[in-house]
Amino acid sequence: MSVDLSQFVQAFLEESFEGLDRMESELLGSDILDSAPDEERGGERINTIFRAAHSIKGSAATFGFAAVGEFTHGVETLLDQIRDGRRPLTEEGRALLLEAVDRIRDMLSAARDGTEHDAHGVERTREAIAALLADAPPGPEAAARSAATAAPAPQGAEDAALWRIEFAPHRGLLGTGNDPLRIFAYLRDLGELSVTCDAAELPAVDALAPESCYLRWTLELRGAASEADIREAFEWVAEDCDLAITGAARPEVARADVTPNRAAPPDVTPPDVTPGKPTAAAKPRANDTSVTTRAAAPAAADAAPEATPAAAPAAADEAPVASTTAAPGGADAAAVDRRRKPPVDRRADSSSIRVAVEKIDALVDLVGELVISQAMLETIGGSAEPEDFDAVRVERLRQGLAQLERNMRELQEAVLSVRMIPISFVFSRLPRLVRDLESALAKKVRLVIEGEETELDKGVIEKLVDPLTHIVRNAVDHGIESPAARAAAGKPETGTLKLRARHQGGNIVIDIEDDGAGLDRERLLRKARERGIPVPENPTDRDVWQLIFAPGFSTAEAITDISGRGVGMDVVRQNIESINGRLDIESTAGAGTKLTIRLPLTLAILDGMSVRVGEEIFILPLTAILESLQPRPEQLHSIGGRGRVVRLRGEYLPLVSLSDVFNLPGRSGKAEEGIVVVVESAKDRAALFVDELIAQHQVVIKSLETNYRRVPGISGATIMGDGRVALILDVDALTQIH
Amino acid sequence: MSAAELQHGQLSAENRRELLTFRLGEEEYGIDILSVQEIRRYEAVTRIANTPEFIKGVINMRGTIVPIVDLRIRFALGNVTYDEFTVVVILNVADRVVGIVVDAVSDVIAIDAEALRPAPEFGAHLDTDYLDGLATVDERMVIIVDIEALITTPELGLIDDASSAA
Repeated sequence: MSVDLSQFVQAFLEESFEGLDRMESELLGSDILDSAPDEERGGERINTIFRAAHSIKGSAATFGFAAVGEFTHGVETLLDQIRDGRRPLTEEGRALLLEAVDRIRDMLSAARDGTEHDAHGVERTREAIAALLADAPPGPEAAARSAATAAPAPQGAEDAALWRIEFAPHRGLLGTGNDPLRIFAYLRDLGELSVTCDAAELPAVDALAPESCYLRWTLELRGAASEADIREAFEWVAEDCDLAITGAARPEVARADVTPNRAAPPDVTPPDVTPGKPTAAAKPRANDTSVTTRAAAPAAADAAPEATPAAAPAAADEAPVASTTAAPGGADAAAVDRRRKPPVDRRADSSSIRVAVEKIDALVDLVGELVISQAMLETIGGSAEPEDFDAVRVERLRQGLAQLERNMRELQEAVLSVRMIPISFVFSRLPRLVRDLESALAKKVRLVIEGEETELDKGVIEKLVDPLTHIVRNAVDHGIESPAARAAAGKPETGTLKLRARHQGGNIVIDIEDDGAGLDRERLLRKARERGIPVPENPTDRDVWQLIFAPGFSTAEAITDISGRGVGMDVVRQNIESINGRLDIESTAGAGTKLTIRLPLTLAILDGMSVRVGEEIFILPLTAILESLQPRPEQLHSIGGRGRVVRLRGEYLPLVSLSDVFNLPGRSGKAEEGIVVVVESAKDRAALFVDELIAQHQVVIKSLETNYRRVPGISGATIMGDGRVALILDVDALTQIH
Repeated sequence: MSAAELQHGQLSAENRRELLTFRLGEEEYGIDILSVQEIRRYEAVTRIANTPEFIKGVINMRGTIVPIVDLRIRFALGNVTYDEFTVVVILNVADRVVGIVVDAVSDVIAIDAEALRPAPEFGAHLDTDYLDGLATVDERMVIIVDIEALITTPELGLIDDASSAA
C-alpha cells in the first residue's frame, strides 16, 4: 500500500508541537509532583502528558522520524511508570521530562526546517532517561504484580525471557491502515524474534478478498522486553485482533484483549512504599544526569558539551547561566541572538489553523441566511420595472437591504472569528520561562495568569510572542527583587507577576504587572544623561518612563544573560506598534511596574475615520484619534515663521498639515477654516489639519507593499464603498514629521 | 557581449514569441504576451504623495491594490491625455501586479526569434538594458521590451530597494 504520507507530515508536525506544548504546560502544573495516580488533578495531568507523548511516538514512527520515535519511547516508558504509580515524579524527573520536551521539539523543528538537531544533546538526554529507568528499581508492589511488566527494558542478558505471542488479526485489520510487518519489525528490535505464520484460513484465490487479513501468527520473542513492551507493539491494533501473550519462563497466562495493560490488578499498592528506598536510590543518579543535560540546554552554545561534565556537579543551580556566560568570552551579537532564539522560534509560523467546528457551523448558517436575504431582494426587485417601485415596494426593499447588511456584518464577524485563537497560545509558554528564570536568577516568583481564554487574531498573537517574552523576562530580571531585598523591604519573599488579558472597547488589553521595586526615576534620568538621550525640562513621570523605550537604553547594573543588553524595550515597542498596538507603562517606586499593551482585535479590519484633504480621502485609525475641533484663530501660533502649533487647554501641539505633507492642494493657508484632529501615537501627540471629517467606517486593510512599496506616512490602503482606493494614514510617522 | 545580445542569444532557443504591441506616441512597442494579465480602461487613480510624476497612483482591481505607471510620461512620448480611449495594460511580472498606461494597444503578433535585431546602444540617454531588440513587422519597427527588467528597475521606484525595505 503506497500512500503519499508527505501530505500529512505538516499536520503531524503541528499536532506534535501542540502535544509538546500540552506536555510542557501540564508538567509545570504545581500539583503534579508526587501525586498519586488516583489523585484527581495530578493523575489527570500525568495521563495527558502520557497521551501526548504516546501519540507523538506513534506518529513519528509512521512518518519516518525514527529518531524522534525512539527517543520519545524512553520518555513514554518513564511516564508510563509514573502513571502506574510505580515511580514517583520527583523534581529531578520533572526537569528531565521538560528537558526531553525541548529535545523532541528541537528534533521536530530541525526536521521541519531541514536543519540538523543537536544530536549530542539528544543522546545525553536519552542516556539520562535510560539511566533513570535502569537505575531505580520500580517499587516492590510492581514486582508483585508481574515480574515481566516490572523489568525495565535494558537489563542483563540473564533476564532474557521467552515470550510466546499468538496474534490473530481480525479480517479488517489491514483496512485500519495497520501493517503486521511493522509490528513485527518493532518486536524484532526488542529481542530475538521468530515468526510462524498460520495460513490455514486462507481461501482459494477466487474467494480471496485482497483487503482482508486471513493470516495468523505465532511469534516467539527472546529478550529483555517486558510484557508491557510487547503489548505496546500491538497497541494500535488492540481492537482488531485476538492477542495472547505467554511468558514461557513464567507459566501464568496474561490473556486479555490488550487494552488494559494499565487496568491494574487489585493488588497494586499505592505509592506509600515508594518514597522509601527506591527513590533514594534513584535520586543521586537522576540528579547529576539532569544537571549535565540542563547545563547544556542552550543547544547552540557549542562550548557547553565539553565544559559541562566536569563542571556539572558544582554548577547545578546556575547551570543555564553558567554555560552561556562561560561559552563566549567576547559575547558577540550573534551568540546572543542564538541563545535568545529557541524559545521564540519554536512555535513560530504555523501555516494552518485549527478551528472549532461550532465556528464553521455558524458560518454555514450565516451563508444560508445570506442566501435567503438575496432571494428576498430578488423577489422584491428582480423583475420589477422602474414604475413598479411604489412606496410600499421601496419600503420592502429597504428592509431587505437592512437585513442584508445585518447578515453581512454577522458574516464578517464570524469569518474573522475563524482567525481568532485564545491568548493562552502565548501565555502558556510563560510559566516555563518564569520557572527557568527563577532558578537562573535565584528569585522567587509567583506567576498569576488571568483571561487566557481571551481571543485574538492569529497574526497578532504570533507577533506578540516575542515582545511578551521579553517583557516577562525583564520583569523577573529587573522588576522583582531578590528574596533578601524583598524581605528587607517588608514584602513577601515571593514576588508576584500578574498577566491579565481582557477586552476593552474593541481592543484587547494585556497588563503585565509586577510587585517589584518599580522604576527608579533618578537612575533613569542619570542614565539618560550619560547616554546623551534628550530629556525634557521638568520631566513628568510619564516622560521619564518613556526613556526606557529609547534605543540603547538599559539600566541593569550588571549585564546578565537574561536581559539588559539594551536591545530591549525599544524593539519590544516597535514590535507592538507594528501590529497597530500601543505600549504604556506605569510605575510606583517600591510597589511595582505595570506595562499595558493595547492591541486591535484583528489585523484585517480597522475602525477608521475618513477625512478629506483637497480632493483626496484618507483614513485615520480611530484608536489614534483623541478629539477633533475647529480651531479659533487665536489658538494658532507660528514658530520661527515656519512650524505652527495649536494651543489646546494650555498645551501646544504641533500642527501637521496633511496637504503639505502629501503635496496636495488643500486649504492649508487658513487653519481656522478646516478641522484639526488631535491624534496620539505611542511617541507623541500632534494636531493633524484636514479639510473635512467625512464619516466613520470599518475598513478592510489592504497592503500597498504587495504590488508597490512602502510609502512614508501611509500604513496601508483600503477600498471605499465606491470602489476607489483610500490610503490609511500612519499616525506614528505623521507625529514624527514636524 | 552586451546585455541585449545576451538576451538575443537566449531567445533563439525558442523559435517564436507572441507579443502584445502598443503605441507610445509614434513608436510601437512589444511585450511578451505571457506577462499581460488584462487590458482595461484608464480610470481614476488614488494619488500617492511625493512620487515621480510617471507613477500615477494606485487603483483597486477587484480588491487588489495595483500601482499605475504612465510609460508615456516615463519616456516622454506621446500626448499625455486621459480620455475614454486611454488604456491600461495590467502586467503580472516578478510576482507583482502593475498597470502601465499606453496610448493604444495595437495588436498581438508572433515573431521569429530570427527576426529580432539587437538594439543599438544609445548611450546614457536611452537605457537599452531592458530592450530585447528590434523586430520588423509589415515594414514597421517594433521595439521589444523586456518588461520584467523595466518594471523592476530601481529607477522606476516601484519596488522597495533592499536598503529601505527595513
